[in-house]
Amino acid sequence: MTNQPLADNPNTSGQEWDPKILVFACQYCTYAGADLAGLSRLQYPTTTRVIRVPCSGRTNPQFVIRAFQKGFDGVLVAGCHPGDCHFATGNYFTRRRYLLMTRLMEFVGMDPRRFRVCWISGSEGPKFQQVVTELTDAIRPLGPNQKLRDIEPSVIGGISR
Amino acid sequence: MKKVGVFVCHCGTNISQTVNCEHLAEVAKDMPGVVFSTEYKYMCSDPGQTMIKKAIEEHNLDRVVVAACSPRMHEATFRKCLSGTDLNPYLLEIANIREQCSWVHSDKNKATAKAEDLISMSVAKALKNESLTPSVIPIHKRALVIGGGIAGIQAALDIADTGYQVDLLEREPSIGGKMAQIDKTFPTMDCSACILTPKMVDASQHPNITIIASSEVEKVEGYVGNFDVTIRRKATCVDPIKCTGCGLCSQKCPAKTDSEFECGMSKRPAIYSPFPQAIPNIPIIDQTACRYFQTGKCKICQRICTADAINFEDQDELVTIRYGAIVVATGYALYDHRDKYGEYGYGQYTDVITGLDFERLVNASGPTMGKIKRPSDGQEPKTVVFIKCVGSRDATKGHEYCSRACCMYTAKHATMVRDKIKDSQAIVFYMDIRTPGKNYEEFYLRAVEEYGVTYVRGRVSRIYMENGKLIIQGEDTILGTQVIVEADMVVLATAMEAQPDATEFARKLGITFDQNNFFNEAHPKLRPVETFAAGIYLAGACQGPKDIPDTVAQAGAAAAKVVALLSKDEMTTEPIIADVNINRCSGCGFCVPVCPYKAISLKTLTERVHGSVAWGPTGREVTRQVAEVNKGLCQGCGACTVNCRASALDLLGFTNEQILAEVDAL
Repeated sequence: MTNQPLADNPNTSGQEWDPKILVFACQYCTYAGADLAGLSRLQYPTTTRVIRVPCSGRTNPQFVIRAFQKGFDGVLVAGCHPGDCHFATGNYFTRRRYLLMTRLMEFVGMDPRRFRVCWISGSEGPKFQQVVTELTDAIRPLGPNQKLRDIEPSVIGGISR
Repeated sequence: MKKVGVFVCHCGTNISQTVNCEHLAEVAKDMPGVVFSTEYKYMCSDPGQTMIKKAIEEHNLDRVVVAACSPRMHEATFRKCLSGTDLNPYLLEIANIREQCSWVHSDKNKATAKAEDLISMSVAKALKNESLTPSVIPIHKRALVIGGGIAGIQAALDIADTGYQVDLLEREPSIGGKMAQIDKTFPTMDCSACILTPKMVDASQHPNITIIASSEVEKVEGYVGNFDVTIRRKATCVDPIKCTGCGLCSQKCPAKTDSEFECGMSKRPAIYSPFPQAIPNIPIIDQTACRYFQTGKCKICQRICTADAINFEDQDELVTIRYGAIVVATGYALYDHRDKYGEYGYGQYTDVITGLDFERLVNASGPTMGKIKRPSDGQEPKTVVFIKCVGSRDATKGHEYCSRACCMYTAKHATMVRDKIKDSQAIVFYMDIRTPGKNYEEFYLRAVEEYGVTYVRGRVSRIYMENGKLIIQGEDTILGTQVIVEADMVVLATAMEAQPDATEFARKLGITFDQNNFFNEAHPKLRPVETFAAGIYLAGACQGPKDIPDTVAQAGAAAAKVVALLSKDEMTTEPIIADVNINRCSGCGFCVPVCPYKAISLKTLTERVHGSVAWGPTGREVTRQVAEVNKGLCQGCGACTVNCRASALDLLGFTNEQILAEVDAL
């Protein structure tokens, strides 16, 4: 149902295009931070979607790849600050996997700027707003993600085989 | 076929003002698997919950999606609602359309479209939800209280009075903490020792309390109900069983060093008890001051000890004890103004002292036997200036927060100066006067009206020496003038701050701390004594600056929580934990070191091979290694699942399938 805005071409649609961002948010810090942003009525782009995970270390890079396949233009994995992980060490795994993931993206020719890892605590509502807004602004000039995206039937139709 | 019911909440107008709830309920009907959807003003209310229960029955729903506020708010509420029906509570999913949608967006069309996405994500996940059952873990009925100040003593007494065993751990040679150093307490002017020492005696004589002094926490393993705490008993060189506490060794000890208890204003021997009323009343040898440890010769204490209690060979000792619950009552430290406040002389003026120094100066058993004498020359000060908020409410040099107790104890000190020195003058420089507490404002007014303490609203910009006098240069912001005061002594109300090793200690326990290194409570209003780590509770100033009444109240609250936990024989745990599919597990063991809780181990599995296999005859037994998850230890972080090459490990409640279904729904 939301494939339509995803398929919008930024060059032909008149209004400003907002890239779709998927956030994997750890439920102890970043998800709480996102809730606090809500509580403080801090506005951010409507094209942000949050998936709650118990810990940022739960985020399998496979999920990130799938998000790009499904047409997300940017992915953010966010957890507790180093040293503050509810599960002691989960975010350290995230940090290491982030480096590998970034290199993988470079290897397959994806712009690594589409993927970010950052630390947002439960008390940092404004930081959540700032990070998703900045990521949206940073990805906008990169245009829609075409690289890993699954070919949709409508697109195949367009190619008219 | 799975049957999902979608329930959209308006939350009054919190959601409905930016999200079209009726439209959501309408479009949800067309989502895959959804057989019923509706909307209501307050889904969490009793009629709302009844509506859900009724719909489950009428439409044979087997999955429920509630689109409402954050799951952090009401997931528990709606799970409880489901457990009132035939459905397993974990068949519920929450779509967070308030905190993460209606409150953060203003465009109604876009917000509604987003809410629709959020609901379809939740529906997709809910379709993959499975019933989960909590597992049961035993509760070991013994509590550990860390820190033997008033918070720890009170918590230990309250727990012990209900019949449970408590160990009270203190790293100093005696329990008592900061309160033992204080002379009088506001607002009643009770003698601090008179109300504290009986409690110390109660704790030492209580059949259910064991005091473990001169000891520190080395390591904490395990989980709620079953903490294995390794305690380091520091080498004290005095056998606590043989020692009679006669005190002869302390009298004869030739080595002297500054007394910590007297804030360095008097000397103590190397073999010492911190103060006469110490509990346990067993001296220890301070190896850094002891002549034998420093030069290899002396041993006077050993020669004169009639009980043969001195043992110079004593070594640190590690013991591991199992506890069901832990109370953290490690207290606070005082802000050190000396390296930061250059305008107050960087500590170079001996007559510029701190509030705690003053407590010792006026204490009858202190270095001056209760006579207020200034440290430099032992003269009675005639003009005493008090400066408040030193390190508190000062983001540039100290801490942003208010230390809460300083306004009151400064009023107390000023009163005491006026009371003890008849022709004296007490001048207080303050920013604001904060007296939130029963009888606190009255106490402050008494200092001003009855005792004639002068209050000057303004900061002190400089202290310097001139002709043997301390010159205090400040401002009076009410009169708008410069003020210069000649004083004999200055008392700084230094901030309460977190213990210097608070962060390291928090990591040992697995609890969190705030930007000022005070330990975090689980909820600032509703769960003030719990931490995020189940079974670990907070009491006293380790959680934030506090005065004695608040500390005692919080200690009682922490004790009540401990008792509630220990009163059960076993407890159920969150079923959101890792699960091994042994058919897939290759036994590589990569998950074992990843787990922060040491919850995964490899076990050997013996299986009979059926059918024809390439590598051997059928019907024979083979053994192989597979991972096993300890349900009590696993906390459900999911770090192992990502590491698993065979995808044999999955996190129940957040399975790969469930998360991918959410991604795919968009």
